[in-house]
Amino acid sequence: MSEPLVELRQLHKSFGNNHVLRGIDLSVAKGEVLCIIGPSGSGKSTLLRCVNLLEQPTGGQVFVAGVELTHRDCDIDKARRATGMVFQQFNLFSHLSVRDNVTISLRKVLKMKSTEANARADVLLNRVGLADKASAYPAQLSGGQQQRVAIARALAMEPSVMLFDEATSALDPELVGDVLGVMRELAEEGMTMLVVTHEMGFARNVADRVIFMDGGVIVEEGKPSQVINEPREERTKKFLANVLEN
Amino acid sequence: MNMSRRQRLRLVRGGIYALTIAALALLIVSVDWGALGGALFKWDVVKKQFPDILTSALRNTIIFTIFGFIGGLSLGLLLAIMRLSKSKPYRWFAASYIEILRGVPLLVTLLILGFGIPIATGWSWPNPYLQGAVPLALVAGAYIAETVRAGIEAVPRGQMEAARSLGMSYTRAMVTVIIPQAFRIIVPPLTNEFVLLIKDTSLISVLGVTERTLDLARFGRNGVNDSANATPLVVAGLVYLALTIPLTQLAAWMERRSKVGRR
Repeated sequence: MSEPLVELRQLHKSFGNNHVLRGIDLSVAKGEVLCIIGPSGSGKSTLLRCVNLLEQPTGGQVFVAGVELTHRDCDIDKARRATGMVFQQFNLFSHLSVRDNVTISLRKVLKMKSTEANARADVLLNRVGLADKASAYPAQLSGGQQQRVAIARALAMEPSVMLFDEATSALDPELVGDVLGVMRELAEEGMTMLVVTHEMGFARNVADRVIFMDGGVIVEEGKPSQVINEPREERTKKFLANVLEN
Repeated sequence: MNMSRRQRLRLVRGGIYALTIAALALLIVSVDWGALGGALFKWDVVKKQFPDILTSALRNTIIFTIFGFIGGLSLGLLLAIMRLSKSKPYRWFAASYIEILRGVPLLVTLLILGFGIPIATGWSWPNPYLQGAVPLALVAGAYIAETVRAGIEAVPRGQMEAARSLGMSYTRAMVTVIIPQAFRIIVPPLTNEFVLLIKDTSLISVLGVTERTLDLARFGRNGVNDSANATPLVVAGLVYLALTIPLTQLAAWMERRSKVGRR
């Protein structure tokens, strides 16, 4: 395997006395799709948020595309451009139209001309199936549509890795499929992805590798067929029994 | 007596209505309406107020209000950002400024800055408009800062995180994402601040500004001295109402609309 695109070394994170991440070592290769599963409170979202330093780790190192984000001389605003993030609550900018949501970082961060930025936005909106909603405002869209705009917005900066933080957990069940469909296409195009999810079907069918987290450590990792179908660890078995029961 | 709860309630309410009507009737009969009308609303005195009350006094009140509001809004924005800053000295400075200028009556601040400082230092205000408008803006800034801060804090946390995840710096995210959304939230309370400011300009009259810069309140007071009649003050009050009532109604309408629009 070539040099990893994302690498975490001995990552620790505490909130006060709450030790959420207890020494995570993880590397993700270019083009790999990694799904992170585990019970709530296991630290999986915190882990993801440490990859683009939305959470400042209390110990350890984070490397993305060869840059150490945890280094004190790191220009974090610039380094974050290598990552795109999709949030559970979408977090679209409610005062901007769909098109402006996608172009704002291009215009304000990359200083791209409006015409050029709009052209890129139209390509991306087409790709997520929302070309006809470019002039709409977020409040006029369904949750599933909002989340697809959020994916387009994150892709606009042409990141080398995409981070999905429970991207479908806030959606009505019938809207989940559209968003997962866009994510699957992205994976098939070779995008490197870290996906925190409760969608076991997605993990089984799309992921190259699955890690199961509990209590701030990686309990088990491997091929999805192995981790999900034939878990070795007791804690993994118990979690999957609970999840798959429903 | 054999009365139901409802019957008792009706009896009591009827009694209160009857008493109120009796008191009002007594007032109407006992007051000398002719004399009162002559002292508070005499037509020839009313007519004498125009057109100067509009072309000069109202104009000056509006000038003081607009200067005070633009200055207060700029200062309030700056103070709100300082209060939310990570830097302790900024936070401390903004918090002290806000506490002090909101804690001292506007009248006292006006006198200190308008009279006290020129007397103490020998420096004089270069322009009589500034002498009133600057203290007004400094105080308005303290109030507006708290409104703006509440607006910024009402913008969901995820907006800042999304902006930062796209590579925006904190400042860039504030300017392009957070503050525009905060302003949508605070337009109704800011309109109310504007109304308060219109009324507060009346205090500037204590500075004994020149003939040219008389505001509505001082114009009315001078009118009372000239005519030995209170009518000019009543007219000034009506002109204030003509400014403030439409604005408070507008603020209330915007507030109702934003409640309907929010999801």
